[in-house]
Amino acid sequence: MARIGVFICHCGKNIASTVDVERVAAQAAELPGVAFAADYRYMCSDPGQRLIAEAIEEHNLDRVVVAACSPSLHEPTFRGCIEDEGLNPYMLEIANIREQCSWVHDDREEATEKALELVNIARAKVARSHPLLRSTIPITKRALVIGGGISGIQAAIDVGLAGYEAVIVEREPSIGGRMAQFDKTFPTLDCAACILTPKMVTVARDKNIKIYTYAEVEEVTGYVGNYTARIRVRARSVDPDKCTGCGSCWQKCPKKVDSEFDQHLGDRTAIYIPFPQAVPRVPVIDRDNCIYFQRGKCRLCERACDVGAIDYEQEDQIIEEQFGAIIVATGFTLFDHSVYGEYGGGQYADVVTGLQFERLVNSCGPTEGKILRPSDGKPVKTVVFVQCVGSRDREKGMEYCSRLCCMYTAKHGLLFKEHNPDGEAYVFYIDIRAAGKNYEEFVRRAQEEFGVHYLRGRVSRIYEENGHLVVRGADTLAGMQVEIKADLVVLATGLIARDDAVEVARMLGIPYDQNRLFTEGHPKLAPVETVTSGVFLTGACQAPKDIPDTVATASAASAKALGLFSHDCLESEPMVAQIDPALCSDCRACVESCPFGAIEEIEWRDMMTRQMRTVAHVIESLCHGCGNCTVACRAGAPNLSGFSHEQVFAQVEAV
Amino acid sequence: MSQELPSRESRLAFVRQVRERGAEDPALCYQCGKCTAGCPVAYAMDYPPHQIMRGVQLGMRDTVLSSRTIWLCAACETCSTRCPQGVEPASVMDALRRIAYAEGIRSPERDVPLFHSIFLGSVRLFGRIFEAAMIGSYNVLSGHLTKDVPMAPRMLLKGKLSLLPPRAEDGKALRRIFAKAAELEGKQT
Amino acid sequence: MRYAYYPGCSLHSTARDYDLSARAVCRVLGIELEEIPGWVCCGASSAHMTSELLSIALPVHNLNIAKEMGLDTVACCAECYSRLKIANREMRARKNGRVAEVDEVVGNTYRGESEVKHLLEVIAGDYGLDALRERVVEDLSDLRVAAYYGCLLVRPPEVTGFDDPDQPMVMDHIVTALGAKAVEWPYKTECCGSSLSLTRTDIVLKLCHDIYQKAADQGADCLLVACPLCQANLDMRQPQVNRQYGTRFELPVLYFTQLIGLALGIPSADLGLSKLMVSPQQLLARTGLRQPA
Repeated sequence: MARIGVFICHCGKNIASTVDVERVAAQAAELPGVAFAADYRYMCSDPGQRLIAEAIEEHNLDRVVVAACSPSLHEPTFRGCIEDEGLNPYMLEIANIREQCSWVHDDREEATEKALELVNIARAKVARSHPLLRSTIPITKRALVIGGGISGIQAAIDVGLAGYEAVIVEREPSIGGRMAQFDKTFPTLDCAACILTPKMVTVARDKNIKIYTYAEVEEVTGYVGNYTARIRVRARSVDPDKCTGCGSCWQKCPKKVDSEFDQHLGDRTAIYIPFPQAVPRVPVIDRDNCIYFQRGKCRLCERACDVGAIDYEQEDQIIEEQFGAIIVATGFTLFDHSVYGEYGGGQYADVVTGLQFERLVNSCGPTEGKILRPSDGKPVKTVVFVQCVGSRDREKGMEYCSRLCCMYTAKHGLLFKEHNPDGEAYVFYIDIRAAGKNYEEFVRRAQEEFGVHYLRGRVSRIYEENGHLVVRGADTLAGMQVEIKADLVVLATGLIARDDAVEVARMLGIPYDQNRLFTEGHPKLAPVETVTSGVFLTGACQAPKDIPDTVATASAASAKALGLFSHDCLESEPMVAQIDPALCSDCRACVESCPFGAIEEIEWRDMMTRQMRTVAHVIESLCHGCGNCTVACRAGAPNLSGFSHEQVFAQVEAV
Repeated sequence: MSQELPSRESRLAFVRQVRERGAEDPALCYQCGKCTAGCPVAYAMDYPPHQIMRGVQLGMRDTVLSSRTIWLCAACETCSTRCPQGVEPASVMDALRRIAYAEGIRSPERDVPLFHSIFLGSVRLFGRIFEAAMIGSYNVLSGHLTKDVPMAPRMLLKGKLSLLPPRAEDGKALRRIFAKAAELEGKQT
Repeated sequence: MRYAYYPGCSLHSTARDYDLSARAVCRVLGIELEEIPGWVCCGASSAHMTSELLSIALPVHNLNIAKEMGLDTVACCAECYSRLKIANREMRARKNGRVAEVDEVVGNTYRGESEVKHLLEVIAGDYGLDALRERVVEDLSDLRVAAYYGCLLVRPPEVTGFDDPDQPMVMDHIVTALGAKAVEWPYKTECCGSSLSLTRTDIVLKLCHDIYQKAADQGADCLLVACPLCQANLDMRQPQVNRQYGTRFELPVLYFTQLIGLALGIPSADLGLSKLMVSPQQLLARTGLRQPA
């Protein structure tokens, strides 16, 4: 016979000012199965919990109803409280009489009636609760880091430092990501490569860290603590064990290809490393553009190589590895400004993006750091920077602000004036967002010390005329139009999700928003987690962010992964579904309805017919207890522990 | 000396009136200036387009409705095409003109609304514009008696101007359209 | 190809040459134009600047007749084209308070049944550039033409939709198909001042001056237009611009239908070439096209 304890919380004035909590407690005491009822100002407080503990002891309670705030706040608190008293923690029901009652109603009489109803419903459910046991899941203490930019590198370093293994899978031939493409970084004007390469070397030398480059994660199966990733390591056509990185092959290669690293402002060869400080320093043959692979001729690289490292027969490798946690560090791409016909539609050679400007100003770039016009190679005397291209534009672009562009544009203006003190630099802006440490001072420096001219207004049109560009903008502060003849125009294009962001999200089973940015667990309180246990986010794939924030989230994500690894095993929530095979007809409705792929088909010996037949079966470690299957099944074969059919129907009847 | 903003009620009422007269949504404007940047006539305006949008947002009825700007706007639609917020400034200009015209609010650019009323007068009478009479009336009523007169002989010779009015076949239908439109619009605030 | 033809007020007066050349060209190409009987003014800018209802009602009155003719409508004037198309958009919109009021004003229930096209669309699209190329008999290869689109042919793009609003090419393609050289220049869609022609002539003079300058800078011999108001401003005011700015522009402003007519060998009288204020005589003689009447 159940002995239910009912505890009504005042929550200070939050509940008590609308609901007559004393009356609810008094009436609850009369409900069937209730052996004790009480009310208290703050049930979640220490005295409140002591009240519950003492009542359990004194009145021999075997299950508890707490009527208070939403279970999302204090369910774990009360579960812990009754568990300490020797009860199974799942012999608890929360009746939400705050968010679902006192906070949304005005009439005291009606609210009190409703509160009592809610208590009764909870009572009816808990009367039919069974003790549930948490099971344990083993944990593979290895982290998969998808993406080898600064965020992935930092996350891997942190995991490795703690003594655990990390594997970086990077799509490009080298790690380094976007930061490797930058020239100097704001606000310190540190050279990006100089501060990045030590970290690249650290990660390459750490025995705990394995790096796969020119590789992609193709499939991920499993669940927190037990992920299996299928990684395709693409054929470089070069044997990394033999290659010394001497460079003879790419020096001899005759085929020139547009360089992606230089943002199509310069060339690379068909066999190449993307930049001089590449890690690993092992080249890759771009088979789509290699003369040998396309037409069967050449093979100069093979002849140039002293150690016989060229291997045209090399094939892609498929590798499967086990992980306990996944850190997503896939980064961002740039908004394609060709949708702005008024800016030339991407057809003007001298209208470039911010990233292209980084390559121009970088001493390892296509112009060796001289700021020259891409069209004719002539020096740039007047440069115009246009901010917010593709950002803050709900008509043609993204509605959000890309956060970085104000800062990198100020940096660009400053660097330009440093290179060309006699040149003129103009920035067309709408607002200046410089909220980081020393950021505002940096923007002021660009203007005050280096003389970059800031004009407040968007640019309406850019057109080419007689070998220069005409930029037609406005200065709203002076209330006038401004037309500037420029040699070069730099568009601060916005940061957006990569083209394959949705496929990656689906592969990992994580949600993404309307901008295809991966969704964090909670926008304020869980910025590096996702709703999927074991998958963490870092860097710009979650939202545009600068390097300090990227490194911070990388360390935060690795801390989360290390938190997982600090346990020997994980406890899983026992509120999972079980399927009664006797009722199952293998119609697969539940299989199709499960969003987590947690239902499989197994062979089962039917005792009635003494035959083997196929039935559905829940993989408990994957089950999230959503209940879809219980609804989909016509026969009612699946039952959800903690939300069983009996419990739910009892709740409905109690109303 | 500080100036108080118009009251909240009057601000909202003005924005509502402007929207009811066919404007998109001036509240969306975040003052980026792209409209002003691309406006071919902004150089001659007293308030550039983005300031008129701001004036509507702040409920500055008198300033905005008696400006030169709304009558100098050539309705070229460059602003509406390029506005990143979908404000459609050209539609706001139209709405402001309609309000100013209906309420008889004077602007220093008096010739432009005068021209429009003469144009429509011609349409109402003849179904089509009778250019000779229209230009003639305009010159007289605007006080620019000799404007463009030197061009007239050449235009007549080249057959570009007719001294006879065109004929609307369905004069009654036309008068009805004008009357009904005036009646229904007269009911608007 | 048969269309209800909406000439608009100008084509029966100041832009008579546009009407003449359009009809002549369509006759030769086999495009049937049936003038909408009893058509009235579309209201142009004066209507939409002073009365929303009137600006929709006047076009609807005309389009309803076209609907009864069972034909789609073709217009030559960019303003008329814009007003007619906007009227169609308004009358087709599902949630629009104006529709019932317009019904009351015009006394019918027109709902956008007659599709509206500009003659450019009809010739370049429906008739086809390849077909046009086949009909060319004159050699225009010495002619350098700056195609001027103005505003309402390409803006707002949700209304017009048949060409790129920043880099339109339809007229340029026609020029090339006719064998002439289409000049690349940056002021294809910069406003000429439109309805400010009488009231603020100074503004029109400035804007036209800039247009001439940009076209001349790229070596254009002439301008090509598809709107009678643009033509009126650019053609009739050219001598005034020269006087005001001390310039010596001599850029004939031809209707695109006049150029097509020249290429097809249609007699000058049928194209109304003599009506142009800036005479094309010298240009046509120099490029060996013909001695116009």
